[in-house]
Amino acid sequence: MILRIDNLVKHYGPVRAVDGLSLEIGEGEVLGLVGESGSGKSTVGKCVLRLTEPTAGTIELNGRDITHLSRRAMRPLRRDVHMVFQDPYSSLNPRFTIERIVGEPLLRHKLADRRETSRRVAEMLEKVGLRQEMRSRFPHELSGGQRQRVGLARALILEPKLVVADEPVSALDVSVQASVLNLITDLQRDMGFSCLFITHDLSVVEFLADRIAVMYLGKLVESGPTKEIFAQPRHPYTQALLSAAPVADPVTQRERRRIVLGGDVPSPVDPPSGCRFHTRCPLAYDECRTVEPALQDPRGSGHPAACHLVTADRVPDAAATR
Amino acid sequence: MTDTMAPPLRRARMWRRFRRRPMPMTGLVLVIGFILLALVGPLVTGDPAAQDYLATLAPPSAAHPMGTDDLGRDAFARIAHGAQVSLQAGVLSTALAMAVGIPIGLVAGFYRRWLDPIVMRLVDVTLAFPFLVFAVGLAAILGPSLRGVVLALGFSQLPAVIRITRGEVLAIREMDYVAAAVADGAGDGHIIFRYVLPNCASPLIVQATVAIPAAIIGEATLSFLGLGVQPPTPSWGVMLTTAQQYLGDAPWLAIWPGVMIALATLGFNLLGDGLRDVLDPRSGP
Ligand SMILES: Nc1ncnc2c1ncn2[C@@H]1O[C@H](COP(=O)(O)OP(=O)(O)OP(=O)(O)O)[C@@H](O)[C@H]1O
Ligand code: SF4
Ligand SMILES: [Mg+2]
Repeated sequence: MILRIDNLVKHYGPVRAVDGLSLEIGEGEVLGLVGESGSGKSTVGKCVLRLTEPTAGTIELNGRDITHLSRRAMRPLRRDVHMVFQDPYSSLNPRFTIERIVGEPLLRHKLADRRETSRRVAEMLEKVGLRQEMRSRFPHELSGGQRQRVGLARALILEPKLVVADEPVSALDVSVQASVLNLITDLQRDMGFSCLFITHDLSVVEFLADRIAVMYLGKLVESGPTKEIFAQPRHPYTQALLSAAPVADPVTQRERRRIVLGGDVPSPVDPPSGCRFHTRCPLAYDECRTVEPALQDPRGSGHPAACHLVTADRVPDAAATR
Repeated sequence: MTDTMAPPLRRARMWRRFRRRPMPMTGLVLVIGFILLALVGPLVTGDPAAQDYLATLAPPSAAHPMGTDDLGRDAFARIAHGAQVSLQAGVLSTALAMAVGIPIGLVAGFYRRWLDPIVMRLVDVTLAFPFLVFAVGLAAILGPSLRGVVLALGFSQLPAVIRITRGEVLAIREMDYVAAAVADGAGDGHIIFRYVLPNCASPLIVQATVAIPAAIIGEATLSFLGLGVQPPTPSWGVMLTTAQQYLGDAPWLAIWPGVMIALATLGFNLLGDGLRDVLDPRSGP
């Protein structure tokens, strides 16, 4: 396992951003972490990079517990993991040239002198599809898509084992999203890094992720192989997310029954009792309000879900109500 | 290192944006004029202390383009030397405030958990302290002098510099590029000097264009009150003190320093407004 997160908790004061979450990512595996805004996805990513201090739980990188490593002890391990950020406008230092931004990780880890850095930057820019004359440019001279390519180049130049990509395309124009997404897919196949790909849009990870984990209010509600999640989502929340996602095939699109979730996402300061989804779940019944469903995999098929209605021989259908 | 600075291309573009607009250009011309007057003026004008008893309180003429004062001293020479005093007061006090305030603001903002509450409490105390009382106290200790003026004005600017720096740092440290630097394993010093400081430069430059004219007025005020530069050293404030006795006979003695203070102040303010727009790296081409 490249990454193993066990029972991760992160509270910002009263805000329970992540509230007991476990997941694993194997070598060369892409895990799509999906959830609505505020569900705690970015917080998970930040904990993995130790950009924020976990409240509880453990994070293992490459088999090594990094949960409470000091900054100094963490430093050499940072070669193995990097991050691509969501906002192309705040993720690049406005005062650095592109060359400096992309070369910075090499210089930080003293892995190359200036000439070698320059060569590796040139190589990396080519890989992410940026022309060499971009090297002397400043971030504000680039488009959003180009900036995200720079962010990718910076994240990949050390050839990390794990890349945390936090909604790397959601701030981009729709027309640019596909090309950056394809680039990430190609680079991942090519370089073979593991990836925690964070997104609020399931359709973004359909062809990229090997597995998908769905988050709701700081907890996982379901996880499993991408194909299975799309074909047979078990948790009512996943079913709702999928019913809202655009589908390439117009026939399926028409036949699909749309599940509209009522109400807003509850506040993570005071999450609902029992099943956290019960305030919006079309299938909720008495027990849901008091008893919290555990994440379980009754068929032992590597596809657990946290819903009382998921049993060995039955899967709930949120679209079947009304 | 050159790569933390604007490249020629970008600077040229900023200049083009700046040049197109009349107000900032007017400010720039006024400021350059003021600096030239302060630096070159004293070299070309005569001795500001030379007295011509045959021409006291003389109106402007070919020999004395700005007239003379009660002791027959050339007003233009005194204005030029006064500009030097003003420039010194403005630049030195601002430099002092920046030299002390920026490091304080940087660490307060960066280590906001431990240091920030203490620093901000001190800033509040400083703000609550009446400036004039402080200036009078300094004058009493150091004797009225330019040094006292610079110290008093520098001290009075300190809270603003600390606040601006700290505010910028608090915003910048939340930027993803700082997170990216942490993810690279960069240390605090590297992050503060390479990431945070360069990105709070713009508002501080703009602050300087506010602080310098304020200090010019402050110097004139303190000198006018007898707490600053002492006669016979020519300062615009000292000149105003003299002029008020002769407002009827020689109004130009009050007009020249008054106009100079107004123009210099206006120049810095217009320049500052222009810089504010141009220096934002996110602003368009
Ligand atoms: N530094 C912080 N201080 C306080 N609260 C925070 C902080 N960062 C995140 N939160 C809160 O934690 C919760 C989860 O935030 P997080 O950014 O992880 O969500 P997300 O799933 O990434 O959402 P989004 O799609 O909006 O990026 C939110 O309620 C958010 O307001
Ligand atoms: S446990 Fe109840 S509320 Fe939660 S998802 Fe299942 S049916 Fe809905
Ligand atoms: Mg997020």
